[in-house]
Amino acid sequence: MSIELKHVSKQFGGVKAVHDVSFSVQEGELLALLGPSGGGKTTVLRLIAGLEMPTAGDILVRGERVNEIKVQKRNIGFVFQNYALFQNMTVFKNIAFGLSIKKWPSAKLEIRVKELVELLGLQGLERRFPHQLSGGQRQRVAIARALAPKPGVLLLDEPFGAVDAKIRQELREWLVRLHTDLNLTTLFVTHDQEEAMEVSNRIVIFSKGHLEQIGTPREIYEEPVNEFVARFIGVLNVLELEVRRGIGRAGEMEFPAADRADGERMRIGFRPFAVRISSDANQFPYRAFIRHAFFLGVMLRVELELPSGLTVRSRMAKEEYARLGLEEGQPVSFLILRYRILRGENEPLSPEILAGTPARPSFGEGI
Amino acid sequence: MAGYAKTPAHAHITASRRGTEESPLVKWLLILIALIFSIIFLLVPLVNVFAQAFSKGLAGYWNALADPDSLSAMKLTLLVAAITVPLNVIFGLAAAWTIAKFNFRGKSLLITMIDLPFSVSPVVAGLMYVLLFGLQGHFGEWLSEHEVKIIFAVPGIVLATVFVTFPFVARELIPVMQATGSEQEQAALTLGASGWQTFWRVTLPSAKWGLLYGIILCNARAMGEFGAVSVVSGGITGQTDTMPLRVEKLYNQYSGAAAFAIASLLALLALLTLGVKTFLEWKQSRAHELAEGAPLPEPLLPSAKN
Repeated sequence: MSIELKHVSKQFGGVKAVHDVSFSVQEGELLALLGPSGGGKTTVLRLIAGLEMPTAGDILVRGERVNEIKVQKRNIGFVFQNYALFQNMTVFKNIAFGLSIKKWPSAKLEIRVKELVELLGLQGLERRFPHQLSGGQRQRVAIARALAPKPGVLLLDEPFGAVDAKIRQELREWLVRLHTDLNLTTLFVTHDQEEAMEVSNRIVIFSKGHLEQIGTPREIYEEPVNEFVARFIGVLNVLELEVRRGIGRAGEMEFPAADRADGERMRIGFRPFAVRISSDANQFPYRAFIRHAFFLGVMLRVELELPSGLTVRSRMAKEEYARLGLEEGQPVSFLILRYRILRGENEPLSPEILAGTPARPSFGEGI
Repeated sequence: MAGYAKTPAHAHITASRRGTEESPLVKWLLILIALIFSIIFLLVPLVNVFAQAFSKGLAGYWNALADPDSLSAMKLTLLVAAITVPLNVIFGLAAAWTIAKFNFRGKSLLITMIDLPFSVSPVVAGLMYVLLFGLQGHFGEWLSEHEVKIIFAVPGIVLATVFVTFPFVARELIPVMQATGSEQEQAALTLGASGWQTFWRVTLPSAKWGLLYGIILCNARAMGEFGAVSVVSGGITGQTDTMPLRVEKLYNQYSGAAAFAIASLLALLALLTLGVKTFLEWKQSRAHELAEGAPLPEPLLPSAKN
């Protein structure tokens, strides 16, 4: 076990930024700290780095408590959101900074800097100053600088936040490659769920200072512990139902609610993948028409509009869309394969409820 | 893309401005007035200082400067500056660093305190020290018992000068340090640097132009201060006369040429200060532009061909 947080809390004045957080990071893992801004994820990263001291709880590295160990001695590499490169130093000196602090002999130091320059593709830029670099180059210098003193863990705060979309994609792939090559325990903070899903082995989700869930991207997507996580990761259709005679209704859609009283309200949620569509208007119980189909590369997001005005979002591969002979404006019928009952933002979800028999075998996606 | 969007907007602004612009006649008239004004009030007096200084020839100029009392005044001025400037550099760095990097109670009070010497008349500043340390002052009796002389001696002059030049370094450094923020320093810490190493390698270099700017302004004021120093100095010729006091004394003794000779040195200092100040401002604005601007075009690197 590489890093462990035990009941860690952090308070800034009267504000609780991190509230009783416990989780552990395996050696060599690539872990994403994910959550909306203000969720406490950057504070957790800074606590691990030693840039903040916890108000309560313990932080352990390889089994040893590091609460009292100063940031200088924690042997971490930290990449700041805006890189925080030393403006008055060249790329070479930036990368060499940690080594020269540790008094490496200059021959060894030069070899190490050269290694990193090559690893990060910064050849030819050694004599430039940070202001003469592009955003992507600055970030790579920041990573090289953090890696130079051979840290035991690499911490990155919103590493892809300050670059444009194209470079962002490159950097994601590149970070995964770098992690595979170095096998270095790496934690990064992000507010972008897609980024976290794509890059990390495991994700820790924070909201308002609380740890909501930790797990692999697949676990979190398929088995979200509460409504917050379900809505934050991926798309969730949410319906408000009103119960009458043991049936919850939203528009023309009906769901069993035998144990509930008349007039009670309940909410259910289901993933777009749980919606099955047919071009045959009589095959499935509900009718709708395709209001819009958004092209998202391989996948399509299909928006259905029901006669009552309700909207249901579905998702399918574009081949499937073509095979079913669907097009915008077309009347269709649809079915909701499975759903969960929502009990409130931080309350656990119900187990998955299967509704109706699928026309074709399902492929085992989550709710 | 931004370039395309900018052009028409810019053209629109110049077009709309044209309607409100004054005629060329008014423009040139205003420039002429400003020019005449600065010639009469600035350039002519300045040139006159040098003309008067050399009115008795080069030898007369040299004799005026080589006079032992004048030499002693110069030495004292240099001594005062040599004590005052480092003191204010240390204080300025400490104050600017605290104000820029930390939030604490009484922060705005501290900022106001730093500005106090700007708003207090130098004569009052001098008097404050006389009232504290003079013979009739609060500590006067104790000081004279222990034979410590502050007023009418060098320590008093230094105190008064420190007070008057108090804000210069801090005032220049605060905005520079605030703009830099503390992330670079935190980065240095994560790389193993101690607080001291961080200060010398990261904090100070990033604030160096602001610091130099503050130092030359502080120095110019320290050497040129008259009011506060005149109250505490007592004007003992050859002992507690600084250059500005010496100029006044010589002038009152009808040694115009000698007075102007020393004045010319102070004027030279002023010109030099202005020159350095302009240079530093240029350096600083360039550094800012570079720090905030887009990356420079490629040909910064020595290319293999051509």
